[in-house]
Amino acid sequence: MTVRNFLPVRPLSLAVAAAVLALSPASPAAAAPKVHTVIIDKMKFGPVPAGVRAGDTIIWANRDFLKHTATARDKSFSVELSPKTSAKTVIRRSGTIAFYCIYHPGMTGSLNVAK
Amino acid sequence: MIDKFFLCTASALLLISVPASSREAAAPNDAQIAHIAYTAGQLDVDAGKQALAKSHNKAVRSFAQTMIRDHAAVNDQAVALVKKLGVTPQDNATSKALARQANETAVELSKLSGKSFDRVYIQNEVAFHRTVNGALRTTLIPSAHNAKLKSLLKTGLTLFQEHQKHAEQLAKNLR
Repeated sequence: MTVRNFLPVRPLSLAVAAAVLALSPASPAAAAPKVHTVIIDKMKFGPVPAGVRAGDTIIWANRDFLKHTATARDKSFSVELSPKTSAKTVIRRSGTIAFYCIYHPGMTGSLNVAK
Repeated sequence: MIDKFFLCTASALLLISVPASSREAAAPNDAQIAHIAYTAGQLDVDAGKQALAKSHNKAVRSFAQTMIRDHAAVNDQAVALVKKLGVTPQDNATSKALARQANETAVELSKLSGKSFDRVYIQNEVAFHRTVNGALRTTLIPSAHNAKLKSLLKTGLTLFQEHQKHAEQLAKNLR
């Protein structure tokens, strides 16, 4: 009964909620996941993005003519990157995540991930 | 035996690793530089293939696969570049010495197996990259006239320095 009574007003409620959401500044807790890019070129990981949060996506863009990987030391992600290709990883946890290239262990970097 | 391998590689590259200032007249031209760089790369691809045929060590095999993949990729770039530039790589005494001595090393390595093979292969990779990198830094890059060839050699040097560090780390682990 209660449910049935609410049903007709539900679309209106959603519309109002959406309108309010559009007008109000997003709170950090409700921030939508973002997509960041790290460029790999000339045997180096480029600058890592600031403001990465758990749940965000990193696009690893390999501009080299060499094959690389982006591999987390904690094994939370690892992607193979053929020359001139990109791959995505979703960052699942906060904290500092060190990464490297399996094929070229001198290529390193680290992500600082907020909650 | 190990020292002999190192001396072979070192003496081949001594021809090109002497600082340019002391041998201006003998500075290689771009066609010779392209040939030397390509030859060095191909020799390391061949050494990697020998390692894959003989080694059972996971880290050594992975390193050999990286050498084959990376040096082949650099050489593909070099071939495309000389084609674009209309340069015909020119054989020379340094390339010949490199090939002859790499063949001698391959023969010696063929007599080894197991840990002995792994250790000597990796130690030779350290020595080979160290010497090639020295030659690139002091002679080949400074002598290259074409900007695109110079740029490719510089990228190669960055890559081969990483190979050298990787091999040095592996050599420590294999002791």
